[in-house]
Amino acid sequence: MSAGAVPGPAKDQRISKSLGRRRHRANIVVKTLCVLATVIGLLLLASILFTLLWLGGAGLALSVFTNMTKPPGSNGGLLNAIVGTLIQTGVGTLIGTPIGLMVGTYLAEYGHRSPLANAVRFVSDVLLSAPSILIGLFVYELCVEPFGGFSGIAGCLALAVIVIPIVVRTTEDMLQLIPSSLREAAMALGAPKWKMIVLICYRAAKDGITTGVLLAIARIAGETAPLLFTSLGNLNWSVSLTQPMASLPVTIYQYAGSAFEDWVQLAWVGALLITVGVLAINMLARFALRGGR
Amino acid sequence: MAEAAPEHLVKSFDIELNKLRHMMTQMGGIVESQVALAAEAIMHRDAAAATRAVEEDPKVDALEREIETFVIRLLALRQPVASDLRHIVSALKITGDIERIGDYAANVAKRSIVLSQFAMPQSLAGLAHMATLVQAQLKSIIDALGDNDADKAVEVWRSDQVVDDIYNAIFRELITYMMEDPRNITPCTHLLFIAKNLERIGDHATNIAENLYYAVKGESLPEARPKGDTSAYAVVRPRE
Amino acid sequence: MSGTQDQQGSFGGVQARATGSNMNEPRIAIRNLDFFYGTNRALKNIQLDFPERQVTGMIGPSGCGKSTLLRVLNRMYDLYPGQRATGEVLMDGENIIDPSVDLNALRARVGMVFQKPTPFPMTIYDNIAFGVKLHEKLSKAEMDERVEWSLTRGAIWDEVKDRIHTSAMGLSGGQQQRLCIARTIAVRPEVILFDEPTSALDPISTLKIEELLDELKHDFTIAIVTHNMQQAARCADQVAFFYLGEMVEVAPAGQMFTAPREKRTQEYITGRFG
Repeated sequence: MSAGAVPGPAKDQRISKSLGRRRHRANIVVKTLCVLATVIGLLLLASILFTLLWLGGAGLALSVFTNMTKPPGSNGGLLNAIVGTLIQTGVGTLIGTPIGLMVGTYLAEYGHRSPLANAVRFVSDVLLSAPSILIGLFVYELCVEPFGGFSGIAGCLALAVIVIPIVVRTTEDMLQLIPSSLREAAMALGAPKWKMIVLICYRAAKDGITTGVLLAIARIAGETAPLLFTSLGNLNWSVSLTQPMASLPVTIYQYAGSAFEDWVQLAWVGALLITVGVLAINMLARFALRGGR
Repeated sequence: MAEAAPEHLVKSFDIELNKLRHMMTQMGGIVESQVALAAEAIMHRDAAAATRAVEEDPKVDALEREIETFVIRLLALRQPVASDLRHIVSALKITGDIERIGDYAANVAKRSIVLSQFAMPQSLAGLAHMATLVQAQLKSIIDALGDNDADKAVEVWRSDQVVDDIYNAIFRELITYMMEDPRNITPCTHLLFIAKNLERIGDHATNIAENLYYAVKGESLPEARPKGDTSAYAVVRPRE
Repeated sequence: MSGTQDQQGSFGGVQARATGSNMNEPRIAIRNLDFFYGTNRALKNIQLDFPERQVTGMIGPSGCGKSTLLRVLNRMYDLYPGQRATGEVLMDGENIIDPSVDLNALRARVGMVFQKPTPFPMTIYDNIAFGVKLHEKLSKAEMDERVEWSLTRGAIWDEVKDRIHTSAMGLSGGQQQRLCIARTIAVRPEVILFDEPTSALDPISTLKIEELLDELKHDFTIAIVTHNMQQAARCADQVAFFYLGEMVEVAPAGQMFTAPREKRTQEYITGRFG
């Protein structure tokens, strides 16, 4: 379309126009794909939640929280399972968090890139993605076999082992985010290293570390496999750590596969309860931390 | 010997410093020609030369103002330090000296016009010699200015002694003539002023030398400048 | 430690630590100092005095070792393995490079302000109190007084007096840096080290801090590393020029910026460096 030998700008404008159009089109295509992917993801999520609410909500009643697990047809609830989950999750977190915190601190503040630290980091990362059933088996060998019986404490230990690598990773990451200038500023005032870590670093990283711990809680609240070999489950009321203890995931596992309608219904309710619980913890994490800012 | 310093990282600063030096040597060149014309005017009673010497003066004044403005601008915009600062600040003082030299040369030229009406009582050989020396001094220092040559500046600084000695001699000689014959008083007085102006030109050249030396070296020449002008104490008694 | 006096009491009585040292003795004297990053020799045979209650400025191109030298003075390099110093850095006759020196006590005497303002994630009050609590046991009233004194000396009291129990992170950059200076002063050191304290700040905040330096030098010996030569010219009493790990020249500021002795110094400060 050129009107003879037109040099310079006119020619470039022609080229840039078609280039511009092509880019604009590519833009639209990619944007559409992204939106599509988002919609699919959201739909999946929404359908899961909806199913849970629909099927679980149908069985929601006060008796769920007041009655213990009973044989099918006796209007049982989930009380001991709920309490068992709360206990085991709580104790597991209490055991695992300090250990994870200290290992994470070691990696970020003392070990850095030393061979030992690298090895620890590697092991922690492997443990992070280890199948939880293996952890259950491990604790079985350690705590159930020698003592001749399933127990609540074994369940707590199994959950603690899952908590540790999560807290290690979060703690190390959050501590490494702290600029070295902050550390140096504290040291320059004459602070011994441990005080610098506890008073300054922990304070600066507390939001991140807390989030990590809450995420760990949310994770172990729904773990089934490790509990199968450790606390087993208990149809009766038991809060003793030396006896088998009931838990929601294990109960769901037992009920969902059964042939009894009311048990299946209770299984859905249990699933809903776990989901709501995890959701609540996540939201708590967000709001509590935002409020603290 | 000019020191081969590396250039500034910001070339425009070097360009401006060179411009400053060029303006100063330009000004120096004009007053050099003024002095030459004035000497010419006295020795050969050349009224045309005298007029030209006087006409150059406004140019010199204009250059001095231009340089002054330029220096202040350089100080504000470049925040110079060390050698740059010394060169820029001494430029202010040096142009002041150059401007005074121009004024003295113009003054000499004006007096030469008056002098041409009189017969000279004696030969002007001494004055001619003094004028030659002063012109040589001036040329030397303006050259040194263009090259930032501290050694040449020291030479000029030392050479003022000779000029002062000649001036002392002329001073006594003229007073003697004035005592001999009252008709000599007018021309001799003008000649006295002319000699004084030439001597002052030499002094200002020495001032320029001192400032240049400080700018280049960073330290001043020793206090005791060789000053030989004892005319302030001269007493000539009449022969009885 | 002879002649060291601490004075506290009513507000007017809080003072910087008075030392009985001779005004002719430098507060810190560096002799034959070498510094190594691994095998790389970053500082070569440094001899430098830091006169009592004066500001010593350290200038030089990037990588010349001036910040390294500053960080030797409070043994900051101890935090990093592979960094070591040999030679003598004498303070009251004691060589502070010696491994037997108590680092925490040293850092209470030699404070440091960094390039990037680093307020701790706590209230303004706690920021100041943090350093003090490390070394002294003060009652609440005494601590309140010390906090007010520090913030006043740090030229920031008026701006924060109504909110000293709010988070320090809410302050502007210039205010944060002055807070860091106040925090350093609070432990009443003898020497304060400034590592390019204003390079992250706007011009007005910079000038406020330079004014602060002028006041602080009445009570503290100050060493400041700066990239900004005009700042060294404005603030320092004596200036040391470093190049490639060596100290090329040290001179009073007036002399350094009008007639330096060394050619390399002249070329650097007039901007002719190749």
